[in-house]
Amino acid sequence: MATTSTQIELDLRELVSGVVKRAKELGATAVESVVSEGSEFGTVVRLGEVETLKESGSRGLGVRVFVGQHTANTTTSDLSPEGVEQMVRGAIELAKITSEDPMAGIPEADQLGQLEGDLELYYEDVYSLSNEERIDQARRAEKAALAVDSRLTNSDGGTFDASIGRKVLANSHGFVGEYRSSYCSISAVPIASDEAGNMQRDYWYSVARTLSKLESPEEVGRIAAARTLRRLGARKIKTQKVPIVFDRQAAGALLGHIFEAVNGDSIYRHASFLAGKLGEKTFGTNVTVWDDGTIVGGYGTRPFDGEGVPTRRTTVIENGELKSYLLNTYTGKKLGLATTGNASRGLAGTPGIGNGNFYLQPGEKSQEEIIKGVKQGLLVTEFLGFGVNLVTGDFSRGASGMLIENGELAYPVEEITVAGNLGEMFSNLAEVGSDLIWRGSVACPTLRIEGMTIAGE
Amino acid sequence: MDKMDKRFFFEKYGLSERDLEKYLSAALAAGGDYADLYFEYVTSTSLSVDESMVKSASQGISAGCGVRVVTGERTGYAYTDDLAPEKILHAARTAALIASGPAKTPVVSLKDKARPSLYPVTDAASDAELSKKVELVFRADKAARKFDSRIKEVRASYADELRHILVIGSDGTYAEDVQPLSRMSVFVIARDGVLSAKGSSGGGGRHKFETFLTEKTPEHFANEAARQAILQLSAISCPAGEMEVVLGPGWPGVLLHEAIGHGLEADFNRKKTSAFSGLMGKRVASDKCTVVDNGTLNERRGSLNVDDEGNTTNNTVLIEKGILKGYMADKLSARLMGLPNTGNGRRESYEHIPMPRMTNTYMLSGDDMPEDIIKSVKRGLYAVNFAGGQVDITNGKFVFAASEAYLIEDGKITAPVKDATLIGNGPDVLTRVSMVGNDLQLDEGIGTCGKDGQSVPVGVGIPTLKIDRMTVGGTGSAQ
Repeated sequence: MATTSTQIELDLRELVSGVVKRAKELGATAVESVVSEGSEFGTVVRLGEVETLKESGSRGLGVRVFVGQHTANTTTSDLSPEGVEQMVRGAIELAKITSEDPMAGIPEADQLGQLEGDLELYYEDVYSLSNEERIDQARRAEKAALAVDSRLTNSDGGTFDASIGRKVLANSHGFVGEYRSSYCSISAVPIASDEAGNMQRDYWYSVARTLSKLESPEEVGRIAAARTLRRLGARKIKTQKVPIVFDRQAAGALLGHIFEAVNGDSIYRHASFLAGKLGEKTFGTNVTVWDDGTIVGGYGTRPFDGEGVPTRRTTVIENGELKSYLLNTYTGKKLGLATTGNASRGLAGTPGIGNGNFYLQPGEKSQEEIIKGVKQGLLVTEFLGFGVNLVTGDFSRGASGMLIENGELAYPVEEITVAGNLGEMFSNLAEVGSDLIWRGSVACPTLRIEGMTIAGE
Repeated sequence: MDKMDKRFFFEKYGLSERDLEKYLSAALAAGGDYADLYFEYVTSTSLSVDESMVKSASQGISAGCGVRVVTGERTGYAYTDDLAPEKILHAARTAALIASGPAKTPVVSLKDKARPSLYPVTDAASDAELSKKVELVFRADKAARKFDSRIKEVRASYADELRHILVIGSDGTYAEDVQPLSRMSVFVIARDGVLSAKGSSGGGGRHKFETFLTEKTPEHFANEAARQAILQLSAISCPAGEMEVVLGPGWPGVLLHEAIGHGLEADFNRKKTSAFSGLMGKRVASDKCTVVDNGTLNERRGSLNVDDEGNTTNNTVLIEKGILKGYMADKLSARLMGLPNTGNGRRESYEHIPMPRMTNTYMLSGDDMPEDIIKSVKRGLYAVNFAGGQVDITNGKFVFAASEAYLIEDGKITAPVKDATLIGNGPDVLTRVSMVGNDLQLDEGIGTCGKDGQSVPVGVGIPTLKIDRMTVGGTGSAQ
């Protein structure tokens, strides 16, 4: 740890195992405890000057107890013996007021385990730079952005961030697992203005688990500048129905909605338009989607999920057919299915559903070729707002991008919405690009979708 | 404020005036214009009913201290969740790395000023037994299911927190506050054959638990959520294109929050990155529009006796009869811009640097009767409930999604429409306000605002408003 303490470090494995033991002594029939600790560093350099410098570390402890089929959970930031005892006792007390839920419980002992080998999730080097070097990364990214064009007159800054974390999970089947993770990132947010004084802002970033894989600040700045400049002079367009091309960023957001729609929690409640569709042909044959929590170095990779179940590779959609939901133990039981190792768990609350590395199988064409094939249409590069109804699949979000005329990008477009229905949209994928690039735990290549409505003037 | 709660941190953690001086001296050891310590201790409870069972309940305790050092436009920040003296001292030394000059001596005062008392000291977190909270969510579940047999899924939740804060600044700032906050939410799904629809409702504030038994009852929220879901079962596709838009009173004020509010936070204007930069004293709305940010309302979700920098909150006029009059400022912005400090310095927790944030933001009532406003519309959209919105501060473009909206045809409210999205441009949307109702309402206490990754509770409100032209996004035929 970079922020080493003079105090005796607590043994976190011992701590969570002790919590499990204590809860059982107090009457719990099953227990799960998690502790996390992390350090974060962040700096913002704006117009060449350091604006903020932030550095800290924190820890938190949580427990989920089951007394028969009653369950409750508590958390604390006070890791003193008294604080821990209060937390455990609190959970046992709280469980008395909850209902008996026949499906409540932790995974079976034989479901527990973790991936072997180095998953390349943690690199100490993210914390190896001095403050001056960190500030320099942020300063260079901003400087590179602003140097591109004289219309880049202002900035929301360049940033450098680094964080490391450690998580330890234990349960009453005797499972104890832990992993560390690291991140570092650089970003630049330049602002451009045109002759009329209209401003546009955009950004770019690079994120990696190790400094050695981070793009250079200059590269980040240059792309941020290009993205910002291309928005200048943006216009509204007429209300119309034309083919829409979604770039990787926007397509990734669309695919993120598909993840929400296969989330077991939404499925068993019938709160998703994909509920009850398992085994059915729900999308076009060019749609194949995987969730893979095992990719070495991936942003969505973990050796075990939030309940201590090993992560895996799940075929979610294959050639348009819905093959699997994404489940944790509880949602699996509700649906009569086994967990898919997708439990996500913070310190507080009951486990939710989290994705591993969730992606759509790429096609053959580059983004450029896809755009070339569009006579009249729109390239969407960004969404604004949250107009998605998962119950029906209805989709209507603010958007900005570029008008496509005769296969060329004509001019920037803003203050419009694009609307459709997710089920229909993924049934009408006219093209799937070849450009699958991991910049987060959800990745999607460029998509061309037919039949959506653009609302504008 | 109760005497018992005063000095909370001094008693619980054995803090003394000497300690505080020592921490602030360490923070200013390399100079700087200002330093402050923010102590926070939060207890929280949440529980929910789901499939008519209280499947789980949660409680948590979180405590920590954030240390800030400001020098010019630079801010150094560090925090610790361990309130042992050496940990706070370590955080102070880390925050001090931002400055590089001779040490300064802080002025430490332990004299609290007279404060308003906008919320009860006995709060929802401690004045009700857990069993009473459980009863609330069961009542909501029952009421929603009773509303209509087509209501198939009900989730109702209750959450409260009690936040103790102590702010000590090197300029003599001293403030302690105890801030209760509670909220109920109800989410339902209605099904009729192959049709599904959702509805949601909720509310709360900084009030006593009893308020949920008298005014903001579980039945009220449950019926409202169920009504929306049943209504949505018969909703038609929303038309797409530009049209007249009437916003109903209350929560649709989220439009003000997105379109105007964020653009008037002082930090964006100091950096000249807001679409409103340089418009002070100029017309940004029709003369029917007066907009305020008011943190001094009793028991409201966005209200505070003091902000997170220890300043008393205010009723700040942002727009008066269409003219831009004021920004919302925190200490840093006020000092750098020569503006009055409006008490809008807020932060999510001790882990976060404070910045200018809204409290309760609303438009004052006008003279028009709501029914006359509807009658004046030939063909348009009447939006009465929203799911949320987002704004790009720099180009002013904002979007928000209507969860309950109707067509207006020949002056009459007709069919409900589904999933309408409104998009507009902050600096000119209010210039198109042609009628303002006499029926100002504030929302029921559900708003949470996110900025730079920090969430804080806020309030919004408007009277019925007519906007002459706005772009509506939907899947229906273009007009």
